[in-house]
Amino acid sequence: MAGVPDQRKNGPRAEGGLATDPDLPPPAVDEARLEAEDRKWTPAKIALWAAIALLGGVAWVMLAIVRGETVNAIWFVFASVCTYLIGYRFYSKVIERYITKPDDRRATPAEYKADGKDYVRTDRNVLFGHHFAAIAGAGPLVGPVIAAQMGYLPGTIWIIVGVVFAGAVQDYLVMFFSMRRGGRSLGQMAREELGVIGGTAALIATLLIMVIIVAILALVVVNALGESPWGVFSVGMTIPIALFMGVYLRYLRPGKVMEVSIIGFVLLMAAIIGGGLVAQTEWGATVFHLDKVTIAWGLIVYGFVAAILPVWLLLAPRDYLSTFMKIGVIVMLALAIIVVRPEVTVPAFSEFASRENGPVFSGALFPFLFVTIACGALSGFHALISSGTTPKLVEKERQTRYIGYGGMLMESFVAIMALVAAISIDRGLYFAMNAPAALTGGTVETAATWVNSLGLAGVNISPDLLSETARNVGEQSIVSRTGGAPTLAVGLAHIMHQFVGGTALMGFWYHFAIMFEALFILTAVDAGTRVARFMLQDSIGNFVPKFKEASWRPGAWLCTAIMVAAWGAVLLMGVTDPLGGINTLFPLFGIANQLLAAIALAVCLAIVAKRGTFKYLWIVALPLAFAAVVTITASYQKIFSSTPAVGYFANNAAFSKALADGKTEFGTAKSVAAMEAVVRNTAIQGWLSVIFVVLSIIVIATALIATAKAFRDRSAGVAITDNEDPAVPSRVFAPAGLVPTTAERELAAEWGKVPADARLERTGH
Amino acid sequence: MGAGIALVANGFRGFARYLGGVMGADAYAKYLEHHQAAGHAEEPLTEREFWRDRTDRQDANPQGRCC
Repeated sequence: MAGVPDQRKNGPRAEGGLATDPDLPPPAVDEARLEAEDRKWTPAKIALWAAIALLGGVAWVMLAIVRGETVNAIWFVFASVCTYLIGYRFYSKVIERYITKPDDRRATPAEYKADGKDYVRTDRNVLFGHHFAAIAGAGPLVGPVIAAQMGYLPGTIWIIVGVVFAGAVQDYLVMFFSMRRGGRSLGQMAREELGVIGGTAALIATLLIMVIIVAILALVVVNALGESPWGVFSVGMTIPIALFMGVYLRYLRPGKVMEVSIIGFVLLMAAIIGGGLVAQTEWGATVFHLDKVTIAWGLIVYGFVAAILPVWLLLAPRDYLSTFMKIGVIVMLALAIIVVRPEVTVPAFSEFASRENGPVFSGALFPFLFVTIACGALSGFHALISSGTTPKLVEKERQTRYIGYGGMLMESFVAIMALVAAISIDRGLYFAMNAPAALTGGTVETAATWVNSLGLAGVNISPDLLSETARNVGEQSIVSRTGGAPTLAVGLAHIMHQFVGGTALMGFWYHFAIMFEALFILTAVDAGTRVARFMLQDSIGNFVPKFKEASWRPGAWLCTAIMVAAWGAVLLMGVTDPLGGINTLFPLFGIANQLLAAIALAVCLAIVAKRGTFKYLWIVALPLAFAAVVTITASYQKIFSSTPAVGYFANNAAFSKALADGKTEFGTAKSVAAMEAVVRNTAIQGWLSVIFVVLSIIVIATALIATAKAFRDRSAGVAITDNEDPAVPSRVFAPAGLVPTTAERELAAEWGKVPADARLERTGH
Repeated sequence: MGAGIALVANGFRGFARYLGGVMGADAYAKYLEHHQAAGHAEEPLTEREFWRDRTDRQDANPQGRCC
């Protein structure tokens, strides 16, 4: 970091031009002071960072090089946390210094657009939690579990290194640029920066990607609840609980959010315990034993109704519940892993790391591991949250590094913990749970025989272990419970029962895990449907203006129905797929999510170039190039690969030929109808891949053109118009990070002396 | 002993306040603060009206939740 050229001379454009109020203390720490604090390395500071680096280094050696029988889970915690700290302290500061160049003398939208409702200055630590709760969901809990098929190391490296250089960079940049634009959404920024073609392609791609993401998240829930009376009962109970909370907040005690959340949480726990009791009774087991197709239809109907009901009745209360659970669960999981420190027997690289026919997901490590783990390393969906909501709440510009970059590091840590939970269970059990029923045969005997025939080192599973585990977690069977959620739940129950409660509580912990995953996913399904409906309404509104009116019921209902039908169709396709649904669809989810990331990074690239930062453009170009190469390669293989397990069209051709030859069963499809389903599904999946990749290439190409144009214009001395809101001098101060520095503390003390009514200008609107 | 309990109680209150902030429980208080600071002439919304307005506006401006 030493000897870097002083960028500050041609740095922030607001430099010098912004007159802050002379009667107030400065709204920003003096630049020279900031610089000095940053550059001054006291012996204690050197020792601290040396220790962090050393511990992180040792942890990586333990994970990557030392080959014992087992590896302790605590090394995952050390390797990740130390790497995050170093990435946060050093890499994100490079981004801050050369790319974002925040200027605390500028007011944020929360200050200059303050309305007490959408634009509200929010304490940085509170906003950190708020932003984290908005970005973290079921994604980082599911992807790493599925990716564990290849061993723990590839996934661990991608989650930790990926977040530092890609995921957190994307979140930070999108948040910062959206904040400079008054909290505009990614779609609006794409249109402004990339023009009509790029903007439209980005909009259509976002809409389609949301459909796929909602469908596959819903599939995870269906797989977790199928043939599970306990799960169906307790997750089903969340609906009346949320309705009760909604009515309570609207009519009984408005605004008592914490109170109602605690009531809701207690009811939720009661629903989990009650589910265990109900599932034991004969009528309960009959009534709540539903097959996957029924649950899928239930979810589709639910999705439609939930999306047209008023927000206060179902969405808002469930959101409170989901946030409450999210924070609790993550703290609990971290504590349990640190206290229990389970031994991991999974090898660093499994037998499937070098093959492309793994039973859990097919395809080679590159590129498919990198799309299987999307959330936790690089998630395009975050760009939709980082633009829009959070930027309207940020108090000071410099805080975006902590909230945007830091928030994503936190999500990555969740992914690491999910990975640890999944790999702490027996490997044989893992494959028996995650391989499609077409391979395992569906019974404990056939599954054990199949797993043992894989020839995996150290794996010898008995049918008894499978039935005993199922009994312990209160399920009828755990064979082929694909989708990641049940495996994570077994892993969590496995760790938690050593922490609290013993075997007797395993069922509770299992269903607790299923419950919170279902809760996150139902919220995402509901919110996703609403957002997609609005995007569709807005798009149709360009041709039929009436559709733009959000309050026009027929339009809203029609657009909701279209969106639900779209994801519902994909969901049903996944549920009934003879090839095993999640195994063929999950790559599509990852590809979609990361294509969205590529779109977001492409928009950031164009913005950074327009700001004239060419020397450090690689900071954005690096993750963009990686995401583009991974997703385009993955799409290419999905479209053109001649291996039927990998290529959608190759599979399509194989099954079409079998049908033409008059065969009545082929591969895992045991009937003509199943074969026809495969032909239909693979065609749809194949064409979806084609559409995604084409749209994304258009967006990336328009971004590259915009970048090249910015470079030419700058060389030619042409003035570049930026789309930022005009700079307004700030009249508040707050520290940038978790712990205030000495200079920040002094300045905050100075501000503390200013009478409250002198601080803010009376806007009087 | 008494000091210890006070410390724990304070810590707990601080945590509860933080959690409330993350969940948005303090939105009305912040609205009132803004209303007062901005020097609006008209009366602020009552608590009931404010929360009603808040969820009703979410109907028209849906916010995404992540996967």
